[in-house]
Amino acid sequence: MAVLELEDISKQYGAITALTNISLTLEAGQVVGLVGDNGAGKTTLVKIIAGNFHPTSGHIRLNGEPVSLHGPKDARSKGIEIVYQDLALADNLTAAANIFLGRELTLTARTPEEAERPWYRRRRWWLPVPEILDYRGMYKRAGELFMELKSETRPRDLVRRMSGGQRQAVAIARTRLSNPRIVLMDEPTAAISVRQVAEVLSLIRRLRDQGIAIILISHRIPDVFAVCDRLVVLRRGEKVADKNVADSSPEEVTGLITGAIERA
Amino acid sequence: MTTDLSLEKAIGQRTHSGFVAWLVSRQIFWVLLAAVLSVIAMSLLTSTFATPNNLFNVTRNFAFVAIVGIGMTAVIITGGIDLSVGSTVLISAMTTTVIMHAGLPITIAFPAAIAASLTVGAINGVLIAIAGMPAFVVTLGMMSIARSIGMVMSNNALIYEFGPDQAILFAIGGGSVRVFGLPIPNPVIVMVLLTAITAFLFNWTRWGRHLFAIGGNEKAAILTGVPVRAVKVSVYMFVSFCAGLTGFLMVGWLGSVTTGLGSGMELTVIAATVIGGANLAGGSGTALGAVVGAGLIEIIRNSLTLLGISTFWQGTFVGGFIVLAVAFDRLRNTETSE
Ligand SMILES: Nc1ncnc2c1ncn2[C@@H]1O[C@H](COP(=O)(O)OP(=O)(O)OP(=O)(O)O)[C@@H](O)[C@H]1O
Ligand SMILES: [Mg+2]
Repeated sequence: MAVLELEDISKQYGAITALTNISLTLEAGQVVGLVGDNGAGKTTLVKIIAGNFHPTSGHIRLNGEPVSLHGPKDARSKGIEIVYQDLALADNLTAAANIFLGRELTLTARTPEEAERPWYRRRRWWLPVPEILDYRGMYKRAGELFMELKSETRPRDLVRRMSGGQRQAVAIARTRLSNPRIVLMDEPTAAISVRQVAEVLSLIRRLRDQGIAIILISHRIPDVFAVCDRLVVLRRGEKVADKNVADSSPEEVTGLITGAIERA
Repeated sequence: MTTDLSLEKAIGQRTHSGFVAWLVSRQIFWVLLAAVLSVIAMSLLTSTFATPNNLFNVTRNFAFVAIVGIGMTAVIITGGIDLSVGSTVLISAMTTTVIMHAGLPITIAFPAAIAASLTVGAINGVLIAIAGMPAFVVTLGMMSIARSIGMVMSNNALIYEFGPDQAILFAIGGGSVRVFGLPIPNPVIVMVLLTAITAFLFNWTRWGRHLFAIGGNEKAAILTGVPVRAVKVSVYMFVSFCAGLTGFLMVGWLGSVTTGLGSGMELTVIAATVIGGANLAGGSGTALGAVVGAGLIEIIRNSLTLLGISTFWQGTFVGGFIVLAVAFDRLRNTETSE
């Protein structure tokens, strides 16, 4: 069964039409590459799925259930994680603080899932010191996540002093905090070295093997072909192709992106 | 086994190399040094500075600015500003005065004064965080509105009778507690407690973490599900609470309230927090910094008076320290961003 179904999603920013009637299904354990020129509407589409924007029209279904997403926290609690294109990091905080931003571990909320809940719905809400930070727990978990990503990032380092790749690792590590069903990645390999690109791609494969559904936005066609099962091409807000990678070629995709090929 | 070790190492890594290097990179250290040096110099140069009486006055005077400064730090960390604190001090003092003058007990006057102050903060917070108006403009307007309401409440009468609980009121604001034989003014006690509590809140609670996140990157805070609006309303209420506390203490100290109470205070408070290391662009600041900054300003003021230098020079010194503080911040940031 499809984990995520989009039906006739349209989005307008005032007079600008960013998306027109996009329909898309996402299966568990499948990686879908979302490609298109600058301004094609890729970010807009994933931000709608992540609860950042409401679609102007259209429907979203998760596991067959129609849903309406009220903000990023709501989407996250429904199992949707996202790596934002601009990474959404606070420069003045440490790597660990950024990973746990919005779901900090505390003395009463020992897991990110529990931290996500409002205090009165926590297991031990009656403790008189509910919101004291669990630094140890957060540093430990952050360290494990960076190990898993094979990143040189240290949990206690300030993001301000990090390289582009380390920042990206922080943003990606966030998605590993919970056990999501859908992971959206908006150009996760834009600013990183060849070795780290390989790490991110192998991470994507590992997530897929765990049965997680992934949308990968990338301008790097070889990456898309290396890791994706399916390809969706957007052009000026319209879906112009949706096919298996095996049935396509880099040349065809480039043609679809630029408009040299009308539709496929 | 090896992975465990390297994991431990990675977690244990610190960004600063040594204690000394860390210390000299802190603005608060230099401000404290300047304050200590001024105190030493003044003690040697004059016979009037290091007297119990003068020290008592200095500490009490700066405690008022420091208490409000602690609240202002929270606002400034989120990237906001509150220009209405001086007027909130007046509102709190006037509420206390009017209620106690009517013969009601202090147990009603104090909560009422705090409630009035919190209302000012809540209005600021809602207009800024929920209506999305700029903090500078909202609090500038509130500065004017709150002062005028305070004036209306005074009914243009100078009140120095505070009903049955007058003695308690004066004892709280003007009295002192003996600690190791030294008389410590009550406002200083309040300041110390508030500094400790606030430092804890900033560093060890989710609320504190969210303040810094909002100041660092508000958009990111929104995207990651930080309750940005609620936190912003809470900081404006927090600074108003601090101002309300100050207003209440000031009535007891002064014994009467004029409509000019607290006017111009916002600038001294902001100066104190900036000198103490808060960045007006948001994202950094400490509770102790505001206290140390306020201390330095008061020491300068007092020194100039004692040395017989015109107090007109005070502004030059305070302004000079503000510029120095910002220059220090810039220097440090260009160093680390390389
Ligand atoms: N917040 C916004 N307000 C108004 N218009 C917007 C907003 N965000 C995006 N747009 C517009 O919507 C269109 C699609 O933008 P979007 O960011 O989704 O493109 P994209 O495919 O992600 O591009 P890129 O590859 O450059 O990241 C563009 O025309 C853009 O100008
Ligand atoms: Mg984009």
